[in-house]
Amino acid sequence: MKGLLVAAAVCAGLFVLNALFVGALVPGVAMPPYFLQVLCLAGINITLAVSLNLINGFTGQFSIGHAGFMAIGAYASAYFTVTAGDRLRAILGFLPSALQESAVLLSALSIGALLAAVAGFFVGVPSLRLRGDYLAIVTLGFGEIIRVVIESLDAVGGARGFAGIPKLANFFWIYLFAAATILVVYRIVHSSFGRTLVAIREDEVAAEAMGVHTTRAKVISFVVSSAMAGVAGGLFAHYLMYIHPKSFTFLRSFEIIIMIVIGGLGSISGSVLGAVLFIGLTEGLRQFAQYRMVLFSLLLIVLMIVRPQGILGHKEFVTFLTKRRRSIGGAPGTQEGA
Amino acid sequence: MTTFLQQLVNGLSLGSIYALIALGYTMVYGVLRLINFAHGDVYMVGAYVGYYLSRRLQGLGPSITSALLVMLGSMLICALFGVLIERLAYRPVRREARLTLLITAIGVSLFIENVAQLVFGPDPKFFPSLAPHADFLVAGVRLTSEQITVIVVSLLLMLLLRFFIMKTRTGKAMRAVSFSLDAAKLMGISTDRIIAVTFALGSALAAAAGVLIGMQIPKIAPDMGIIYGLKAFVAAVLGGIGSIPGAVLGGLLIGMSEVMVVGYLSSAYRDAIAFGILILVLILRPQGLLGRVQKEKV
Repeated sequence: MKGLLVAAAVCAGLFVLNALFVGALVPGVAMPPYFLQVLCLAGINITLAVSLNLINGFTGQFSIGHAGFMAIGAYASAYFTVTAGDRLRAILGFLPSALQESAVLLSALSIGALLAAVAGFFVGVPSLRLRGDYLAIVTLGFGEIIRVVIESLDAVGGARGFAGIPKLANFFWIYLFAAATILVVYRIVHSSFGRTLVAIREDEVAAEAMGVHTTRAKVISFVVSSAMAGVAGGLFAHYLMYIHPKSFTFLRSFEIIIMIVIGGLGSISGSVLGAVLFIGLTEGLRQFAQYRMVLFSLLLIVLMIVRPQGILGHKEFVTFLTKRRRSIGGAPGTQEGA
Repeated sequence: MTTFLQQLVNGLSLGSIYALIALGYTMVYGVLRLINFAHGDVYMVGAYVGYYLSRRLQGLGPSITSALLVMLGSMLICALFGVLIERLAYRPVRREARLTLLITAIGVSLFIENVAQLVFGPDPKFFPSLAPHADFLVAGVRLTSEQITVIVVSLLLMLLLRFFIMKTRTGKAMRAVSFSLDAAKLMGISTDRIIAVTFALGSALAAAAGVLIGMQIPKIAPDMGIIYGLKAFVAAVLGGIGSIPGAVLGGLLIGMSEVMVVGYLSSAYRDAIAFGILILVLILRPQGLLGRVQKEKV
């Protein structure tokens, strides 16, 4: 009951904020379109970062193909909206138009999430049976394959990009799904299944010896993470109204990795912090655009040497400030190596 | 039949390039258990060093000597570059979790690529011709002198590497470190030095590949290392990561299959075929063609 109330409050709050930002609440008061767009892209990045953290941070399996799943979600949902959107609106003709649009968006996002999850399953099963490093390469390769396939699909515009997607996503939807992603990941991590994932991260052999079906747990975590990336992709497509295969290269995957590594692998609030910092720095350094990636890559290397656990480490923001010692799963994972 | 033979030759020369790069991946993985993401970028830097050296030597005109000088110069500079990367970025995090090492490698790779774009410019550059060009026709198959150079030079380098690893004391130490780093250290092997040597060797081979590709496809760009590096890594996994003959075999197979797919199916799949092979290998034979199954000890 309490949960429902909180959810309703979050929805209402986001709804009011959305109205305020677009200038529908107080006449003459609106957020400049540029800032609103940055804010919305930050929201999408929060969804991407938090979902990637589930597999990379909490399960300890290193995926670097998140953009590939995002691409699947973006293209699948956009294709649905463009081809079947009008039919769905006609069926739901008795509803007010705002609800019709929401229904189209939600169905499109579900299809995007579903397809991304299926892809995650087929990528995850062969590579997650093996040790961590292989997942990195397979996911990277998978991302490239997806891009090649999309470029050769004429139905979605191929290498020209996919234009003419209606703008169904806005601040409200983007932050609603960001909040939902945070909630889902939080609930997973704090469930017994989440303990299983952290156990795999800390010591896979020991977890297996304790009776954990490691491959199954890893695949589930990977599929959930992929589905969320699919949702983020769908929101991306329906917000910018145009998608291009080049938007989903491995450079985007690397960007999401930079966000979660900066914030702290295994910290949800760290991912949010990382996503916001990344977008903030990217926009703030716009006039030094060609030095941007040099700076980020250097930051990544220095961070690994000085503070490999990221800003927040495994801790959440509140515990980071108050209790210095407690964190999910105890001390950061250390490997033999000695 | 002639077409097939022609494709075979093309595949052999492309595969030799992949094999040279794959050797660096497999050697570094052998000693550090690290996928050195920056290795493809060392290959790119090798091509650029070759480019600038050959611009310097252009006054001499295309000759075998200048080609040799360019290649050796580029190999030497990249060997130092590889050692520098290991010393500055990897050694400080070697004792950390393996994930930390992997993220560092990704960071180094991104760093080199983006600095290269600033230093060399984002536009592709065209490699001047180094050696005199000639075409040979053997049984209806066209062989360019560049292809022959690529195949012969790679073969020579691989034989040299094999001699070094099997017959010298340092090579023996390298094998020991790749068998067990800790045990090698206990036996009095200076593991730091061996790791540095491994990086130097791998980077020199990558630089040779960079110069060779510059001679064959005269277009080089700062992002060329990514896709070649990835395919070479797939080659190393296909052959069995950690296995040196495996890297050569894997490189040749990847080169061949890429050329065949482009020749007989469609060039759109050029970059997808390697990853298709990778996924198949991981399902059917994760240890690779010539790799040993490694039991994980606790």
